[in-house]
Amino acid sequence: MVEITDVVCSLCGCVCDDIVVEVEDNNVTKVKKGACSVGKSKLMGHGRIESPAIRENGSLKDCSYDDAIKKAAEILAAARRPLLYGWSSTVCEADKVGVELAEEIGAVIDNTASVCHGPSVLAIQDVGLPSCTLGEVKNRADLIIYWGANPAAAHANHMKRYSYITKGYWTAEGKKNKKLIVVDVRRTATAKMADVFLQIEQGKDYLVFSALRAMLYGYEDVVPEVVGGVSKKDLLETVRMMKEAKFGIIFFGMGVTHTGARHNNIVNAIQTTRAAHTHTKFNIMPMRGHYNVAGINQVCTWETGYPFAVDLSRGYAWYNPGEHSATDLLIRRECDVALFIASDPGAHFPGESIRHLAKIPVIQIDPFPNPTTEFADVVIPAAISGIEAEGNVYRMDNIPIRLRKLVDTEYMADEEILERILGEVRAIKEKEGE
Amino acid sequence: MVEELLIRNGVVYDPINGVNGEKKDICIRDGKVVEEVRNPKVIDAEGRVVMPGGVDIHAHIAGGKVNAGRLFRPEDGRKGREAKTKVCRAQSGYSVPNTFATGYRYAKMGYTFVMEAAMPPLAARHTHEEIVDIPILDNAALPLIDNNWMTMEYVKSGDTDLLAAYIAWMVKATKGYGVKVVNPGGTEAWAWAKNCDLNDAVPYFDVTPAEIVKGLAEATEKFEMPHSIHVHGNMLGHPGNYEVTTSTYDLVKGIKPYRDRPTMHATHTQFHSYGGTTWADFESKAGAIADYVNKNEHVSIDLGSVILGDTTTMTADGPMEYSLYQITGRKWTNHDVELETGSGITPFLYSGKVSVHTIQWAIGQELALLIKDPWKLALTTDHPNAGPFIGYPIIISMLMSKRRRDESAEDMHSAIYKRAELPSIDREYDLNEIAIITRGMAAKTLGLHEHGKGHLGVGADGDVAIYDLSPEEREAGKIQKAFLNTKYTIKGGEVVVKDGEVVAAPAGKTYFVTPECDPKLTDEMMTHLKDKFEHYYSVTFNNYPVQDAYVPNPYEIKAPWRS
Repeated sequence: MVEITDVVCSLCGCVCDDIVVEVEDNNVTKVKKGACSVGKSKLMGHGRIESPAIRENGSLKDCSYDDAIKKAAEILAAARRPLLYGWSSTVCEADKVGVELAEEIGAVIDNTASVCHGPSVLAIQDVGLPSCTLGEVKNRADLIIYWGANPAAAHANHMKRYSYITKGYWTAEGKKNKKLIVVDVRRTATAKMADVFLQIEQGKDYLVFSALRAMLYGYEDVVPEVVGGVSKKDLLETVRMMKEAKFGIIFFGMGVTHTGARHNNIVNAIQTTRAAHTHTKFNIMPMRGHYNVAGINQVCTWETGYPFAVDLSRGYAWYNPGEHSATDLLIRRECDVALFIASDPGAHFPGESIRHLAKIPVIQIDPFPNPTTEFADVVIPAAISGIEAEGNVYRMDNIPIRLRKLVDTEYMADEEILERILGEVRAIKEKEGE
Repeated sequence: MVEELLIRNGVVYDPINGVNGEKKDICIRDGKVVEEVRNPKVIDAEGRVVMPGGVDIHAHIAGGKVNAGRLFRPEDGRKGREAKTKVCRAQSGYSVPNTFATGYRYAKMGYTFVMEAAMPPLAARHTHEEIVDIPILDNAALPLIDNNWMTMEYVKSGDTDLLAAYIAWMVKATKGYGVKVVNPGGTEAWAWAKNCDLNDAVPYFDVTPAEIVKGLAEATEKFEMPHSIHVHGNMLGHPGNYEVTTSTYDLVKGIKPYRDRPTMHATHTQFHSYGGTTWADFESKAGAIADYVNKNEHVSIDLGSVILGDTTTMTADGPMEYSLYQITGRKWTNHDVELETGSGITPFLYSGKVSVHTIQWAIGQELALLIKDPWKLALTTDHPNAGPFIGYPIIISMLMSKRRRDESAEDMHSAIYKRAELPSIDREYDLNEIAIITRGMAAKTLGLHEHGKGHLGVGADGDVAIYDLSPEEREAGKIQKAFLNTKYTIKGGEVVVKDGEVVAAPAGKTYFVTPECDPKLTDEMMTHLKDKFEHYYSVTFNNYPVQDAYVPNPYEIKAPWRS
């Protein structure tokens, strides 16, 4: 038995890095410390894709890595409008090969931010993002606002490690001297812990941000008695707390990005943060979901100039989310081949795009089976990053941390699979005399 | 196989070796300059200007804030699009080019080394990840070690040796090159939305920025560090800041450097050379700064010269970026980094029709022209803060042509004639002086000349720029064009640019310094440091240092403790 410390979790955007596990006979046998229940479950392992496979006559037939990689390369080399999508639950080293592959075949490369915090990216491109690292929140924040986010369920260690419950330099007494405000449409587990819970009406985030923003700039008089289901009295109290805080932060989630005004919600949230910043220190941060969705945004940006929905069919990067983001391409039935890696569009994309996917060749690279596997034509199992493979990831606050390898595996890492596909594609193109 | 190259009959400017426009051959074997070659590939440089590969002492080309700049400015990305080729990856961006474009464009200008000027230690992995994706250029990065709690606590307690031990650990942990200072104390204060002037107490830490600068300089000089502290002082960009600037220079005056180099490199000095009390009576104080630099030997500077047009400003000086955003009302990103530093980013347009911008534009050039000894200054634009690096050839042509400066001034705001000195300066740079401020000085100030950079002596790296330029050329437009796209750029003996096109894109080397500290001191420092990780950092001690995997082409420089 070997004890491994400082294990980095490859589950959510918290990227907890103080986990202690025991490894015996090349298996993680115990998670001793640090992980939440979901992270623990991933570390302990569960069902996986056992073998590479190619679909024949409607059903997947096991094959060798060589055959699956060759088949994938043939499909990609022949594609006219390929889509390469996912990239958020793997390491940056793999993402880099992904961008290179996209350039090589003139693909659209998109990542899960497209259906997640894509609206946040658009808002940041509009107004910027006053933010900080999570350790800043830990050490300084005396007012924490979760808006449309429920970390108690979705980022289970977030409050404990970084925000409300943790202790830091100026927050040595933990939550005793902090305030927690939760804004949501229902009383979530997080809301139950809050000092103030603003239960807003579905889709009224924009209005409530606008009211707070007006009040922060001193225009209380324009705010009506009730906004989005919240009384003016409660809004005024919230504003008082924001102004009196020494260091405030808004963490926002899917409840804001995917309701009503979408990216305009986030623009307004950021503008509200700026308004609060005229009184005191105030920050805002998206609650990123997958452990490396921030990382693929980073890699894609430094390599192509843009964080998601990048079309490389012209030879250079062209960026217009809404035109060639993954779901839009699929709904228009524009792409003729799709490669999905480290993601599950089968479970998360709109039905209409799935219907198109059923008609075109689909390649899947993933350690785990999921609804996408059900219609994939080539399935390539990968080593599990953070357990069987190492590499760089970016936490939700864009801090880079290196995933550790805990056990050996026969499965190929994402990076190697992609490099081999890229090599095969180049060989095919060379043969064709390009 | 032995690879040999002979560059024949060029007019060579190699100021470190005292070669000033001599017609001579350059021989390269296996990537290094040698006395002679036997069976070389020959490049005919007949009568063309030949210089060592350019060395940029200060630019923001990789890392968190550069990428945050790219991410929030897709409109900038659209400006620099070029399709992939057999050699080159796809390119984008103007003020914040993607990593690939960064490498290609520098190489086309004849540069072969660039210093990334600000690496937040906690995000050092990010800087290195991007550096790996910058082709061709050799590189290094300066970690920020000035607003760090450990630094301030040791400065307060006066434990210079422990501060040195901390610096040693930090530089090693980040695979960094030296000690970067950015608005010392002020960036920590910014975590509470405040700022610090040079002698203000940093909130909660009870030290002043002046004490931090002095302490860091003393601690840095405990080692045989190739480079001095690299300082972006307090009050950058504020009217009337020139006295803060010279007061900052004074702080390190008595400190003895490890060898014949300054004890402080003061960066992007244009932004620190302002007179007046408000933007209304804003004026150039380049003369006062130049006067100081002329009279003293302990400070070197780089220009931070303005390129007119749109750019993306970015710095660890969070409060400065907030001030700038308040002036322009444009988008603003901020990212404070726990226990260490911060950053801000906002787009900015330098317009020749605006009095302040015009004076800023003049100041950068005034500094170059009023400082008598070119070995005291390097050409930079603090890329992309005063403008993108791709504008260097414009500055070169301005410095070499009084006529061009005068013609430009005519189109600009009349404030240039009232509150700047530039129109009254007649000096023109020659090619030797240009070679000094674009390679020789930077290489020497960084201590890289001892590692083969910035010169063409025997044993130097085979990094050569051949410009399609006759030494007699006086026409500014032709000079600018020649310096934008080389006839040849040779990197480590390999032709990487030919006739302005990138023909090869090998990986560059990453230079990093390993300060060697007494283990006992390190142990004592470590008890304090581990306490910080135990209680305040959000990553663990063991996950903090940059792993070797992030520096695939390392070049280590050891810096022993000075006896």
